[in-house]
Amino acid sequence: MLGYAFRRLLTTIPVLWIAITACFFVLRLAPGGPFDGERPLPAAVKANLAAYYGLDDPLLVQYGNYLAGVVRGDLGPSFTTADFSVAEQIAIGLPYTMIIGGLAFVLATLLGVLAGVLGALYRDRVADWAIATLILLGLVLPNFLVAPILQLVFGLTLDWLPVGGWGGGALSHLVLPVTVLALPHIARISRLMRGALIEIMNGPFIRTATAKGLSRAAVIRRHALKPALTPVVSYLGPAAGYLLTGSIVVETIFGLPGIGRYFINAALNRDYGMVLGTVVFYMVLIVILNLLVNLVYAWLDPRVRTSATARGQA
Amino acid sequence: MHRHHSCAAASRALAPTFTIALFGSLCTLGAPALHAATLNMQNGGDPTSLDPHQLSGDWENRIAGDIFEGLLTEDIQAESIPGQAESWEISEDRTTYTFTLREGLTWSDGEPLTADDFVFALQRLMDPANAADYAYLQYPIRNAEAINAGEIEDLSQLGVRAIDERTLEIELERPTPYFLGALTHYTAYPLPRHAIEEHGDDWVKVENIVVNGAYRPVEWIPGSHVLTERNPAFHDADNVSIDGVKFFTLEDQAAAFKRYRAGEFDILTDMPKDQFAWMQENMPGEARVEPFAGLYYYVVNQTEPPFDDVRVRQAFSMAVNREVIGPQVLGTGELPAYSWVPPGMAGYGEPETVDWMDLPYPEKVAEAKALLEEAGHGPDNPLSVQLRYNTNDNHKRVAVAIASMWKPLGVEVELYNTETKVHYDELSRGVLEIARAGWLADYNDADNFLNLLKGGVDYNYGRYESEEYDRLMNEATAEPDPDKRIALLHRAEEVALDDSAAIPIYYYLSENVVSPRVTGFESNAFDIHRTRWLTLQD
Amino acid sequence: MADAPYDDPDTRPLDSARSTRGRDAWRRFRRNRPAMAGLVLLVLILLAALIGPYFTPFDNETPDWSAFRAPPSLASGHWFGTDQNGRDLLARTLQGTRVSLAVAGVATLVAVVIGVVFGAVAGYIGGRLDQAMMRFVDVLYALPYILFVILLMVIFGRNVYLLFAAIGCLEWLTMARIVRGQTLSLRQREFIEAARAAGLGSAAIVRRHIVPNLVGPVVIYAALTVPEIVATESFLSYLGFGVQEPLTSLGTLIAEGTDVFEILPWLLWFPAAFLVTLLLSMLFIGDGLRDAFDMRGHG
Repeated sequence: MLGYAFRRLLTTIPVLWIAITACFFVLRLAPGGPFDGERPLPAAVKANLAAYYGLDDPLLVQYGNYLAGVVRGDLGPSFTTADFSVAEQIAIGLPYTMIIGGLAFVLATLLGVLAGVLGALYRDRVADWAIATLILLGLVLPNFLVAPILQLVFGLTLDWLPVGGWGGGALSHLVLPVTVLALPHIARISRLMRGALIEIMNGPFIRTATAKGLSRAAVIRRHALKPALTPVVSYLGPAAGYLLTGSIVVETIFGLPGIGRYFINAALNRDYGMVLGTVVFYMVLIVILNLLVNLVYAWLDPRVRTSATARGQA
Repeated sequence: MHRHHSCAAASRALAPTFTIALFGSLCTLGAPALHAATLNMQNGGDPTSLDPHQLSGDWENRIAGDIFEGLLTEDIQAESIPGQAESWEISEDRTTYTFTLREGLTWSDGEPLTADDFVFALQRLMDPANAADYAYLQYPIRNAEAINAGEIEDLSQLGVRAIDERTLEIELERPTPYFLGALTHYTAYPLPRHAIEEHGDDWVKVENIVVNGAYRPVEWIPGSHVLTERNPAFHDADNVSIDGVKFFTLEDQAAAFKRYRAGEFDILTDMPKDQFAWMQENMPGEARVEPFAGLYYYVVNQTEPPFDDVRVRQAFSMAVNREVIGPQVLGTGELPAYSWVPPGMAGYGEPETVDWMDLPYPEKVAEAKALLEEAGHGPDNPLSVQLRYNTNDNHKRVAVAIASMWKPLGVEVELYNTETKVHYDELSRGVLEIARAGWLADYNDADNFLNLLKGGVDYNYGRYESEEYDRLMNEATAEPDPDKRIALLHRAEEVALDDSAAIPIYYYLSENVVSPRVTGFESNAFDIHRTRWLTLQD
Repeated sequence: MADAPYDDPDTRPLDSARSTRGRDAWRRFRRNRPAMAGLVLLVLILLAALIGPYFTPFDNETPDWSAFRAPPSLASGHWFGTDQNGRDLLARTLQGTRVSLAVAGVATLVAVVIGVVFGAVAGYIGGRLDQAMMRFVDVLYALPYILFVILLMVIFGRNVYLLFAAIGCLEWLTMARIVRGQTLSLRQREFIEAARAAGLGSAAIVRRHIVPNLVGPVVIYAALTVPEIVATESFLSYLGFGVQEPLTSLGTLIAEGTDVFEILPWLLWFPAAFLVTLLLSMLFIGDGLRDAFDMRGHG
């Protein structure tokens, strides 16, 4: 198990390194970027850049400094927010994004699995169709459409929930953002779950179990659930990434100071330092999360750990 | 004192700072809502900094003016009243002002506030090493411009002297009628020398900052809010009613409006115009739309064809149907601008206007077409231009409407929008053909607007160059007699309008939405409402 | 068969023993009612978007100064109403649909081309190169591509074509995986052996025998990818990185409509209806194709 984790880490790090390098050079060499000599920068920004990137040093030395900085957790100065560096802003926003994202992740997994199981249990009956319709809407409606509608309905018309803001982390302030963020993933997970369950249930050894007299529910619980979870777990890896990017919209609409919001403001304001730093940070974070998911998957399905099957024929 | 190095040094040791910031963020996560006497205000974007010398926007002014106070300050009507200074004397030739500070003034940390803090601040403002964008506002002070331009290196040559702890003397280059008003601006605030010398660039951090205003900042979460609470050391602290202000960073007008309706905000400083009619019906009296000393205009780049030709400039200006923009396109009824200086500037009287103002619109269009053809851009050689604006629904509406007004002239318009900072950054580097800009009066004098068209001024984005205009403006600045000065300014305005130096579009309206719980929010032409005059009912 | 932990049953390639001919697949597709309904709707929307603008009473640019913010009305000719600049919403919606579909089309094309080439090479050559390439895909799969797209847009400016290409580069990964799986299984079949024995070079084999057999899965995944691309494009437009004025897309229209939907509801409902219908129909078609080609095994 440890060997598997180690091996995955080994293959991940080079790609991460390549991606970070690509980002650095794109930023450094792009026409119209902040290092383009034609664009005079405000004096303060210039000085900060010079100090951090060592603009007088040869390019490779700058690159080396940059990498060293990344490893140290120093992502450079923010070009437009003088009082806070990139790492400081990320550190400030991180808890908000993690809390909302984490809750959405849990909600999506629980509700998605539940909806998938119900759909498989009551297949083709009214409950299945009802759930299927909700699922489709969840898949298809963009979150920037759902959020304001929910804000209007629950926040203003019914006045059950606050319309926005963090409110000190009060539960009422979390309900809407977490729901909006989780919605498309509830839909996808339930589709995966239902599809996998149905397929497994039509397999031979399940039929034996049913023939033996087990109820459908018991069959699912005992035999079908764990293998059916495999596609769900494999979705969870990318889902972590989608949640982080989806939180950009949610944070903007609900006014939450998370990393997604900083990223978008930085992008719109051409704060290259912040944008680059955030991308690097996201990459590292997602890679870590994916590694964790991989480990969970490997624990669930030991076949994956063996190298022969791990790279087996399709 | 160089600001930048210590900031860079701080960023090098960031791994510990990351963890500290993370820890700090986690600690403030579960902070309960403040007590009811906190004013919740939507304030647009994050301030660039809490250091007044780094600011330039009206949303930043709201915070700066609450936490600092200058020699003079604004009252409830935004008129100038004594602030840190209790009285002053003006010399016969009106070039020397002597201020007497109030007794017992202290900074929020208890250190006494003396005249020296004003000297320090103004010298720091003019020090070219600090590159303060707005330093030019205080150029009337003797040697200020020369110091800021690097011609004089000795900062103590600045015409500001501390005679003793409570007496400050300021010498001007020449009599300047609006000088007292200019002292309410954040460029003239005192700064705590002791704090800046101790902490360097970190003095602006919320845990270090020292202020002299009615409030002091206690928390700043970028992207979320700036929180202030009352400053007991303020000289008028007893009359300050509201306990603190939470300035929310939220640019999305629609989202802010929803939260206002839910009661989460007490004041909106930015109103979604589309909802104006709805607001008048459903929340009468809460939307405050008032004339405002500001001009909305399009600037054209005169360093290159086609706009180096005055006929082309005039054609474009004539084809704009200004009368429909306020009522129809925006919905709030802004008045059309045919002059450069908005009405109401002190002592200015009626501004000059373009000669073709009263022509019926179809005639304006016809003449515009004729002018274009004369300039060689008839139907066989149509123009294609790029119109820039900063990302905002209202600017977009105006741009789309005006682009459609130029279409009958055969002009193809490409629309290009960027964020505000980027937009103005590119304008000041001359990257434009036609661009939207706006100017809000910094002080109550017409030359504030007329300076925008002067040669060599950074904000003269279109690089309008007219010897006659510059000559008139310089004569006006040097003219001691106020009436003659006003006359010179009028002539300068006429020159600029005849030259179609830029395209004025409409006069601004200030737009706020104020909850009935708030009293003391009086409409004024500068849209300044210092929190010390407001009260909040439960 | 676990190629990688991200494998889900939907990306398994056709098993040669169960592959069916196009005609059987079409018959099965036809019997799938939601899929057929989706097809009909999609065709209608395509027609409307492509030729509609020639028939609408107003164009999508000219403001109607007598009708600003006007509600829908059959009498005035503004069947969908007008927006805050007096522009006809029907024309704008059709324009937006065109742009969204164009972005989706080009991006899908880019994704297909890159994915097919990458996957076919990996699958056909196999061995270490294949493993390396697929490991590369595995890790890329996990990275936040939207952020890279935004980073590119920030640096290179908001260019519509860059947008198309960038989105296409987001989606090629799944395509590559499927194509590679399919190629691997095809490679083993007898007719490939025969071709090789007959002396055909690798390139010719790939071109003549492998690629035609890829059409099925590629079409299915293209169909399933298009809704994702339309959604991605509207997400980027909402944030302000998508198409710029006076061009518009469904995402932009919806983003603008949500701000005012209490007072000018038609500005939201019409574009949203178009987007939802478009996405749903493509979803049904994709599902239908997949069922028709029997990708999920006996169901």
